[in-house]
Amino acid sequence: MEKAATGAILNPVEDRFVSDDALAPAFFEWLCRMGDSALVLGHRVSEWCGHAPALEEDIAMANTALDLIGHTQMWLGLAGEVEDKGRDADALAYLRDALQFRNLLLCELPNGDMGVTIMRQFLFDARHYALLMRLTGSVSPRVAEIAAKAVKEASYHLERSSDLVVRLGDGTDESQRRMQAALGQLWPYVDEMFVADAVDEAVAKAGIAPDPSDLKAEWEETVRSVLAEAMLDMPGPAGFAQTGGVIGRHTEHLGYILAEMQFLQRAYPGARW
Amino acid sequence: MVTQQNLSASIVQPSVDIVWGWLADVPDPEIPVVSVIELGIVREVRYEGETLVVAVTPTYSGCPATAVIDLAIEEKLREKGIDQLRLERRLSPPWTSDWIARDAREKLRAFGIAPPIDGTAASGVMAARARRMSGKSNLVVECPRCASTNTERVSQFGSTPCKASWRCKDCLEPFDYFKCI
Repeated sequence: MEKAATGAILNPVEDRFVSDDALAPAFFEWLCRMGDSALVLGHRVSEWCGHAPALEEDIAMANTALDLIGHTQMWLGLAGEVEDKGRDADALAYLRDALQFRNLLLCELPNGDMGVTIMRQFLFDARHYALLMRLTGSVSPRVAEIAAKAVKEASYHLERSSDLVVRLGDGTDESQRRMQAALGQLWPYVDEMFVADAVDEAVAKAGIAPDPSDLKAEWEETVRSVLAEAMLDMPGPAGFAQTGGVIGRHTEHLGYILAEMQFLQRAYPGARW
Repeated sequence: MVTQQNLSASIVQPSVDIVWGWLADVPDPEIPVVSVIELGIVREVRYEGETLVVAVTPTYSGCPATAVIDLAIEEKLREKGIDQLRLERRLSPPWTSDWIARDAREKLRAFGIAPPIDGTAASGVMAARARRMSGKSNLVVECPRCASTNTERVSQFGSTPCKASWRCKDCLEPFDYFKCI
């Protein structure tokens, strides 16, 4: 008898890029960026579970977090295969330290009030959706199939966060003030989503992913139109961009997230339930 | 001799059609009125030598029911005497609510869940313009209780990843809507 079938194994479609040794270091890094941003934002959003100001929002955020953790499993699972050192998605999520995390800084920023949480989600979703749409046409079949799965969920995330930005921005004086303040607070972190480095250039050259800077125009169009409808002022160029998350240079906040997220696997290595 | 071989093979290996029939009795853990087959998540049943392989696709990538569904499928097949079994997780083509069987839609309605509107699965393209997406929709969702179309969306998200929360403005009851993806 074979071992229990549950915990179904992935039946991978053929993808020559997964075992392309020359590309592997950059491809692995890039996959960690995809997976870690989803993981860290998913963890942040999940912090609202049981605490959100309205039941519907509590449920919506728990659902969004769940989707993002689902994306994480796909991206980091593939990262582990590309790395080929026996690490699976769990090993990458629970056993790397802050310096090995490759998420965007935007994703690790504290939740703040609902204004910050919703605005952070919207700024991320607008780029996430544009990126995933492009990735559905990736030359890597594995990347394309993950993107095709994830974009369906991300389109709902963008729909919800756009809707809430409009409702809160064009809401009461207080909600408008908070949304505008959130926008100002988060704006220095948006440029990191569009800066390309050698990793991005390598995967773009291979045809796996777009150059992040190519996403900026579409992102700006989405953000501009939603902010206009929300009666919020779109800030000008930030002048100073907070970057470094995708190369492992993080804010102080990430360590606290990892402390909570990784405690169990660190204290009880290999624990399962 | 040939006849005997075929006979013994059919005893050892139930045909894939028989297996599909068995799986039609495995209910979705969260919406038990529909089976995993009606939901469209069993993508393939095949043999690799002696091993029965069942390919399952998740509805939502983080759906916590996925593991429970795998377990239910495995339990059913073991109960039917299948010893050599492997479950595969298949991602593409990604699951769409359009795959939910027609009969199952009526079962959902009777269960109090408005079924997804056929052919409107998002595929992402539907959401091309965030502006257009800002809470406005031309979809008419019928109340599963009183059939009124005078309904409104409360939230795009609901009690499970696959459902949205709606409300009927005639009978005033809240209801779940199986959302289109």
